[in-house]
Amino acid sequence: MLEVHGLRKTYKSGRREVEALRDLTFTVDTGELVCLVGPSGCGKTTLLRCIAGLLEPSGGKISLDGHEVSGPAPGLAMVFQEYGRSLFPWMSVRDNVELPLKQKKLPRTRRAELVEEALGAVGLAGTESAYPWQLSGGMQQRVAIARAVAYEPSTLLMDEPFAAVDAQTRADLEDLVRALWRRLGVTVLFITHDIDEAVYLGQRVVMLSSSPTVVQDEVTVDLPADRDQLHTRADPRFTELRTHVYEQIQQAKLSQAL
Amino acid sequence: MKRIAYVLGLPVVLFAAWFLISAGSENFYAPPLRDILQSFGKTWTLDRLDADVLPSLLRLAAGYALASVIGVALGVAIGLSRGLRATVEPVLEFFRAIPPPVLVPVIMLFAGIGDGMKIIVIVFGCVWPVLLNTVEGVRAVDSVQLDTAKAYGIGGPARIREVILPAASPQIVAGLRQALSIAIILMVISEMFAASNGLGFTIVQFQRSFAIPEMWSGIILLGLLGFLLSLLFRLAERRALRWYHGLRSVVRGR
Repeated sequence: MLEVHGLRKTYKSGRREVEALRDLTFTVDTGELVCLVGPSGCGKTTLLRCIAGLLEPSGGKISLDGHEVSGPAPGLAMVFQEYGRSLFPWMSVRDNVELPLKQKKLPRTRRAELVEEALGAVGLAGTESAYPWQLSGGMQQRVAIARAVAYEPSTLLMDEPFAAVDAQTRADLEDLVRALWRRLGVTVLFITHDIDEAVYLGQRVVMLSSSPTVVQDEVTVDLPADRDQLHTRADPRFTELRTHVYEQIQQAKLSQAL
Repeated sequence: MKRIAYVLGLPVVLFAAWFLISAGSENFYAPPLRDILQSFGKTWTLDRLDADVLPSLLRLAAGYALASVIGVALGVAIGLSRGLRATVEPVLEFFRAIPPPVLVPVIMLFAGIGDGMKIIVIVFGCVWPVLLNTVEGVRAVDSVQLDTAKAYGIGGPARIREVILPAASPQIVAGLRQALSIAIILMVISEMFAASNGLGFTIVQFQRSFAIPEMWSGIILLGLLGFLLSLLFRLAERRALRWYHGLRSVVRGR
């Protein structure tokens, strides 16, 4: 379970202070898939970096499975937006997935098992010895997802992971994330700027305001658990939810403009 | 086939030109290439390679290896620490600006004229390009790569070994390449000052005893040696940085 309570982050540059996150409170229950959407520049990435322990918050509290986050937590894996920069180009696909496991001091046979399972789960069996840059963008992001999955996290953070891939690949990867989530029972916090994607993927959508950021609204996605690109997106309920989220985001932008 | 022709084409033409132009030379200091080549075989016998070329190469290897280790180790430390960088950078720039041959007499004063002095001279000259390139390479490591390492708990020595060093390796190799040519120059210069064996020493001996074709043959040998070493370096680089050249050709192709 991920709890964010009263999270605040201000950046200082010289004498100027920029308030990025004002007061954020939300929880993601164990095994839940929650999407965070917000207008562009609303501090989504700042929030995620705080949760991942890469950035120290200026105030408030983040706890993961009951422990306060004060640095990168072992139960947490992250998938970055920039897959091309997040995978290590000097390592083969296998080594990229395996490196965090070595750091966890897992025995060799267990590592090999996890790597094989994870690559199989994302549909990349057989690419172990390729370099990441020899693969297409969508496949590279699959490698990054496999690396996260092999790490056996309780919580998976995804920072706009599909923002840089084409629409068709994106649809495939969305289905992959849902399938993995249902299979592994992992807690997922998925950040995106794409409203359709948020509604399609999430059990719940948390909407953020413009910077300085607070939680604007929250909505439970009461669509059936079995979703597919054709029928779910044509569902009238999907359209309703999507409209609701869209309106909230527009309002968030408007209230900032005033 | 075509590539080999390109590589060898110009050297062959130059050599042929030298051979033809110098064929009738009466100038004592610029003897015909034919004479130089004849003396090459006679001068550089196995005994002489063992007595003069081998010690040179050993000193070169020792100095170069030491400079590489020191340069990379210090470079990583300086590249990772902003405070350290601010403190030492001006001093580094100063030391780097000193032409290393100037230091040969100074180093001789306290390191004598043995192998130690020559190795120190080579280290002193070679360490700068390695060090400065390593610092730049380490500083330029992609922030997303660093975040990834941090998020997955890759810290301490593993962070340096698995992330920082490989990420900086293209820059480090560039520094090592520069250092190699400097090392060869300093190997010869340090032997010209004070030595009892070595390539530089032998070439100066030939010059002083007016053994001009032999002197030229030594210069040709030095050239060949430098060429061979850079060829070996290129082969090693191609293996070590295969990922980098592959990545670059992919990025360019897009």
